[in-house]
Amino acid sequence: MTQTAVIVFPASNCDRDAAVALEQATGRAPHMIWHKETSLPDEVRLVVIPGGFSYGDYLRSGAIAANSPILRDVKEKAGRGLPVAGICNGFQILTEAGLLPGALMRNANRKFVCRVSRLRLANAQTRFTKHYDPGNEIDIPVAHHDGNYFADDETLRQLEGNGQVVFRYSQNPNGSRNDIAGIVNAAGNVLGMMPHPERAIDPLHGGTDGRLLFKSILESL
Amino acid sequence: MIARVYVGLKPGVLDPQGRTIASSLNDLGYGEVLDAKQGKVIELTLKDGDPTEAEARVREMCETLLANTVIESYRIEIDD
Repeated sequence: MTQTAVIVFPASNCDRDAAVALEQATGRAPHMIWHKETSLPDEVRLVVIPGGFSYGDYLRSGAIAANSPILRDVKEKAGRGLPVAGICNGFQILTEAGLLPGALMRNANRKFVCRVSRLRLANAQTRFTKHYDPGNEIDIPVAHHDGNYFADDETLRQLEGNGQVVFRYSQNPNGSRNDIAGIVNAAGNVLGMMPHPERAIDPLHGGTDGRLLFKSILESL
Repeated sequence: MIARVYVGLKPGVLDPQGRTIASSLNDLGYGEVLDAKQGKVIELTLKDGDPTEAEARVREMCETLLANTVIESYRIEIDD
């Protein structure tokens, strides 16, 4: 059974939901790794950086977490191919850490948005989306105040040209450029997305569209 | 020594908080306010030393943590 890990920062609050999703998908409880640790155990094959309000969103969402000791090791291992999935605050942390391009800003309508978002698959060939049918839209909850994805024109051109845009909002809830809800890095092993797939894995959630994401990345290992 | 860092959104980056501030001022009767931009001031108390060196180090601090240079620009003032 595959060993995975969830990084926990002060005020991460979606770490346990992420753990439930990973245990459901792998049959094995993930390591919960406190941000002050300096390295990931060698047997970890997938890292999730969870949602929440790490460090209270002080300075900028994810800015301080991005400089945590553990992120140094995550960056190094991601550079050598370790899959990493950053969800919501995790996406913010990945952009602040330079593992993904662009930035997440305050939602354009200034409101905290909390609802189910319908997403289109912009790229159903990535390691994280192989099991999705590109023709289907999926429903995944969002809950964020700073999910407005920004990248300059040149970066956007590259992202689009390389197929690095993974999910798009069918009804943009936050003003993200090109309706971008999730992207991967050029190497395809690091994913960042604002919606919460770990909140769509159980019928009790109202939907299970998140399951295929975990299934896809785990089968790609 | 005090270093003051002013961080603001780059031109062209949407600033909904700034817009809200401008609208609120208009609603209060200050029709002359055409726009507002909200930024941050971070004041650092530094051990005394060479101001040029201090500014170079504060610049590094800006690039690494204090500003997100994808969407923000910054300005440094040193008071020695």
